[in-house]
Amino acid sequence: MQPSSTPSRSNLAGWLYISPLVLVLVPFFVAPILVVLAASFFATDGFGGLTPGFTLASYVEVLHSALTLKLYLATIKFTVLTWIFTLIIGFFVAYFLVFHVRNQLLAIGLFLLCTVPFWTSNIIRMISWIPLLGKEGLINQVLLSTGVIRQPLEVLLFSDLAVVIAYVHQLTIFMIVPIFNSMARIDKKLIEAAIDAGASRFDIMRLIVVPMSKSGIALGTIFVVSIVMGDFFVVKVMSGGGSASVVSAFYEDVGVLQYPTAAASAVLLTLVLVAIVSLILRTVDIRQEITR
Amino acid sequence: MKNDRGDIELAGVCKSFDGVTNVVDGVNLKIADGAYCCFIGPSGCGKTTILRMIAGHEDPTAGEIVIGGQNVVGLAPAQRRTAMMFQSYALFPHLTVRENIAFALRVRGMSKADRLRAADAMIEKVRLTQFADRLPAQLSGGQQQRVALARAAITEPRVLLLDEPLSALDEQLRVQMRQELRRMQQELGITFIHVTHTQLEAIALADLVVVMEQGRIKQAGPARDVYAHPHDRYVAEFMGGQNVLSGRVEKVNGASFTLAQAAPSGIEVPLQARPTVSVGDKVDIAVRRDDVALVRPGKDLPPGCTTSLPSRVLAIEYQGYFVKVMLDTVPDDQFVAYVPEKTFFADPFTVGDVVMATWATGSALPLA
Repeated sequence: MQPSSTPSRSNLAGWLYISPLVLVLVPFFVAPILVVLAASFFATDGFGGLTPGFTLASYVEVLHSALTLKLYLATIKFTVLTWIFTLIIGFFVAYFLVFHVRNQLLAIGLFLLCTVPFWTSNIIRMISWIPLLGKEGLINQVLLSTGVIRQPLEVLLFSDLAVVIAYVHQLTIFMIVPIFNSMARIDKKLIEAAIDAGASRFDIMRLIVVPMSKSGIALGTIFVVSIVMGDFFVVKVMSGGGSASVVSAFYEDVGVLQYPTAAASAVLLTLVLVAIVSLILRTVDIRQEITR
Repeated sequence: MKNDRGDIELAGVCKSFDGVTNVVDGVNLKIADGAYCCFIGPSGCGKTTILRMIAGHEDPTAGEIVIGGQNVVGLAPAQRRTAMMFQSYALFPHLTVRENIAFALRVRGMSKADRLRAADAMIEKVRLTQFADRLPAQLSGGQQQRVALARAAITEPRVLLLDEPLSALDEQLRVQMRQELRRMQQELGITFIHVTHTQLEAIALADLVVVMEQGRIKQAGPARDVYAHPHDRYVAEFMGGQNVLSGRVEKVNGASFTLAQAAPSGIEVPLQARPTVSVGDKVDIAVRRDDVALVRPGKDLPPGCTTSLPSRVLAIEYQGYFVKVMLDTVPDDQFVAYVPEKTFFADPFTVGDVVMATWATGSALPLA
């Protein structure tokens, strides 16, 4: 009976191996998504009460609203700007750490230094921009005292600029880490071989370093894009209420007890994000990076 | 005007990484244009550092490196017109064979059509046409080596530098690729400098063998000179094939001197290479393992042999065309005789037998 009992036993062992992950993912990821999905099809009495059933009314409402498109455009604008700046800064910080800091201990030290902003909370990090960017902030004071401007610049704080600054400040590390990781795996001999072939520093970056960091760039992009698209708090605080994002709309919906509309917006956003992430994964084979 | 001469001169070249010890310590060497030169020595002897300095990946702390009459210290590799083939090849993993080989032309700004045509010609030369569109990871070790060679050769360098090019291959492939390297070198007609730690590789390939120890050149010369006429104990032991014996000079008589030994006869050594020997000097001598003949005690020595040392057979290894007999002839050093297979099996010895080890007097070589 040995042969027939082996498959079921190995099946059991397989389930045991994945059980910790399942125990985390099912209650904290799968269940909430199913709840939201179900709620998005429910009807509401307008006062927070949900009537189980199946109606597409919430989706129709969300998709027909001109606000939805406006919010998506605003969110995508923040996402793209944040992505560009975090990518540029993250790439060059990682490049510097991997290829220019000869001493590995120093590289690790500098790398840890990049995480210092994370030793404090998100809110404090945002508040700390106020003395710098505010109307009476450091930048305005310097510009006023040097006579560059007569009136303090209002655009620095509580503006789209401030939102992007805060995002870049918070999220650059999410670019640095995966790019650093994939760059650190590039054999230094390859760089030498490229120099030997007569490649300039720019050629090496363009033809060797960037293509070989692609998967790190893709991973960092996924982190940054999904965080920015799923955020409402930074937008709210740093724009002073002047700008909104997709998520801030359904946060408002929740506030006024419009649960099905909020749920439908959430499902829509999830689908958009899934589309973006699968687009990224189609361009870059990240699995190759993880299994390498 | 393009200077195509690939002769190299190293003058007083030193390299120190920490400012205290010299990894390369005052190396002087001339390598002729179009020569195949092998640097050989144990790991850490500075041979790879010399190669990297010639390639331009390392700057010498002192001294000059002259290629084709021009001091190249401080120039970039491409300006030197050298090309390096790296140990374990350093092929670009994200580029196909063709793109790897065309890389140097690409960064030199050659048009796509031209560089792919040149790469395809080179791919044909190294017989990889059917693999041109593969990635390096999809190739065998020998194929990767050919890609590396083609990638280095595509810029028509005047010197090609090879850092342990065969070490990643298994034994059979190594012999095969060795011939291929030699063939390529003759076809390209350029100077090859090859770093290795395998004696057989060096003497099979090189016009000029350079034996190194601790940053210094111990001996440089044609393969046969270095193998058959080592200067000193180090070279003799490193190149192999020699028994090294030492002893005090007992008497000097005209054209030869005698080395004191436990054996009644002592060891007679011709004087040719060492004119100044006086009684009491401690001297090393070398005797080729294939020059040693083994005779049973009491039998006559072969003609020309004046020295015979009683020995006990410690071990016997059959090697195919010869038999390796290990003896306890000298107390502290290994002593080995390579006996031709047919001679050995005409009257085979067994472990523990007592034999007389003897050789023609003229074949003993005094060492520095």
